[in-house]
Amino acid sequence: MDARTAEFLEHVQSGGLVETGDWMPDEYRARLTKFVEMHANSELMGVLPERDWILRAPTLQRKLALTAKIQDEVGHAQLLYRVVEDLGKPREACLDDLIAGRSKFHNVFHYPTRTWGDVGVIAWLVDAAAIISQKALLKCSYAPYGRIMRKICWEESFHILHGRDVVLTLVTGTDAQRELVQEALDRWWEPLMMFHGNPIPADEDPMVHWRIKSQANEDARQQFLEGYVPQVWELGLTLPDAKLGRRDDGVWEYTEPDWERLMAVVSGHGPASAERLAFRRLSRAEVDWVSRAVLAEAA
Amino acid sequence: MVVVFEVFRREREGAAMQHAGSISAPDERFAEIYAREQYGRRGESEALWLVPRDAVHEIDEFVDEFDLKYRRVDGYSIKERLKEARERAGTAPARAR
Amino acid sequence: MKPTDLDLLLSLADDELILGWRDSEWTGIAPFLEEDVAFSSIAQNEIGHARALYELAARELGTDADALAFDRPLEEYRSAPLVELRRLEWARTIARHWLYETADAIRLEALKGSDDPEIAGIAAKIDREEVYHRIHAEMWIDRLLVSEEARPRLDEALEELWPYALGVLDDELRPELVRRVEAKLGRGMPDAEPVSRGSHEAELAELLEEMTIVRRSAPAGARW
Repeated sequence: MDARTAEFLEHVQSGGLVETGDWMPDEYRARLTKFVEMHANSELMGVLPERDWILRAPTLQRKLALTAKIQDEVGHAQLLYRVVEDLGKPREACLDDLIAGRSKFHNVFHYPTRTWGDVGVIAWLVDAAAIISQKALLKCSYAPYGRIMRKICWEESFHILHGRDVVLTLVTGTDAQRELVQEALDRWWEPLMMFHGNPIPADEDPMVHWRIKSQANEDARQQFLEGYVPQVWELGLTLPDAKLGRRDDGVWEYTEPDWERLMAVVSGHGPASAERLAFRRLSRAEVDWVSRAVLAEAA
Repeated sequence: MVVVFEVFRREREGAAMQHAGSISAPDERFAEIYAREQYGRRGESEALWLVPRDAVHEIDEFVDEFDLKYRRVDGYSIKERLKEARERAGTAPARAR
Repeated sequence: MKPTDLDLLLSLADDELILGWRDSEWTGIAPFLEEDVAFSSIAQNEIGHARALYELAARELGTDADALAFDRPLEEYRSAPLVELRRLEWARTIARHWLYETADAIRLEALKGSDDPEIAGIAAKIDREEVYHRIHAEMWIDRLLVSEEARPRLDEALEELWPYALGVLDDELRPELVRRVEAKLGRGMPDAEPVSRGSHEAELAELLEEMTIVRRSAPAGARW
C-alpha cells in the first residue's frame, strides 16, 4: 500500500470523513460506488413489487399513505444516483446496467407480492430491517452518502408506522384478513432473514475496513430480531422457523439461511427478477424521445 | 444538457440556509419543481435556494503556518497565573466544583 | 345543500379520484425518477381533494368518503371521460394534464363564487394547491412545444384529447377553455363535439375493478 493510501485509510479508520472532491484510493472509490449504486438500484426496484397496491388500496387513507411511501423510495433512488454520479458513474449508465441485469439490487426486491397482507408486512418489517442498516450508515466515511442517510431515515420513520398500522388493522379484522398477514409473513420471513447479508465478521468485511459500513451484518440482523420478533409474536402470529428463539445471553438463534440461494437471487435469479427488469426495460424504450426533447437546447 | 444544482434549505424561521444536497435538471424551471419535491414535499423546509454548481466557489484550504493561537480561545491558559495572583492577594481560592 | 351542488361536488370528486388513479399508474415507470416523484405528489393532492369533497358530500348523504369513493356502482360515478382514458404514453399524459388543469381552473373559479360557503371554501383550498400542478403542466407544454421531435407527438395528443377536454365543463364555462387553450397554443382548435360527462369510457370498468379488488374481498364495513 502506498503512503497516500495508508494515510487515507488511517484517516477513515479514525473517524475521518471524505467529501466529493477529495482524493480517494481507487479501491475505495470502486467499492463505494458499487455499494451506493446497489442501494440506489434497490430503492428503485423496491418500487415495482409495491406499486400495484396503490391502485388497489382499499381506503383513501391507505392509498395516500402508500403513494407517499413509494414516492419516498423513488426519491431516495434519485438522490443516491446523484451521489453515484458525483463519484463518476452517470445515472444512465447505472440504469442501463440495471436493466441489462449487469448490476445488483437487494435480495428482498426479487420476490413477488401477492396480497394486501404483503403491503403491511413489507412496509413494517422490510423497512424496519432497512432502517437498522441505514442508521449504521449514518457514520459512513463518505460524508455525502451519510448525509443522505439522515434524510432517508427521517422519511422512512412513517413507513414503519404505516406498515404496522396496516398489520394491526388486519389482525383485528376478519379471520380472512388475519390470515392475509400470517400467509405473507410465512413467505417473507426467509428474505427478511437474508436481508442483512451473510454473517461475515467485521474484521473480514472490506466495507467495514474502509468505514463505508460500520456495523457487521450479524449485528444488524440481531438488532432486527431483538426489535421485531417479539412485536410479531405478541400479535399471536407465528414465524416459519422452529429454531427461532432468544438465548439467555440475549443472542437470537435461528435456522441458518441458505446463503448460496441469496447469491443466486441477488445475481438476478430470484422468482420475480426477470419480470421486474423487463418491466423497467419497457419504460426505458418509451421515453428515449422524452429525454431527447427535454435535454435538447430550447429553440 | 443537464445542469447540477446545489440545494440549500432553511428548516425553520430564523435558521440559517444549510446545504441540503444536489439535483440535476435540464434548466431552472425543472430544477425548481424537482427541488420542491425533494426538499419540500413533506413541509420540511421554510425556504430553498437553488444554485447551479458552477456558480459555487469552494474555498477549502486555510494556512496557519506559525500557529497564531492568540486569536482563539485555546490559545490561553490562565490557570497557573490565576493561582499565583490569588496567593499573592491572600484571597481564598474559588471553591472547587 | 342543493341537489345541483351535490352533483357538482361528486363530479369534481370523481374527476380528482379517477385522475389521481391514472396519475399513479406512472409510479415506477415515469420517464425520469424526478417525474415519478412529481406525479406522485400530484396524485396525492388529487386524492386528497377527492377525499375532502367526498367528506362534504358524505355528510349530506349520510355515508362516508370511502363508501362514496369505492362502493358505488359504475353508473353512479360522474367522472368526465377525459380522466377515465388509459393513456400510458407521455405526450398524452402531459396533454391531458394540461387540458384538465386548464379546465379545472375555470371550474374552480366558478365554484369559489358559490352561495354555499363550504363549497366556496373547499374550492379555494383546492385552487391554491392546483397552482403547483399548473406550473408543472405549463413547464412541460412549453418544453414539448419547442422540441422538433416532441411537438408533433404533442399536437397529435392534443387533437385526440380535445373533444374529451371540452366534455369536462358545461356549456357555460366551455368557451373560456377554448379561449385559454387557443391563446396558449397560438392557434385555433378544431370545432369538436364534446365527449360529455354522463357516459363512461370502457376503461372505467377495468379501473374500478382493480381499484376495488382488495376492498371487495372483505364484507362491507370491514376495516382496512
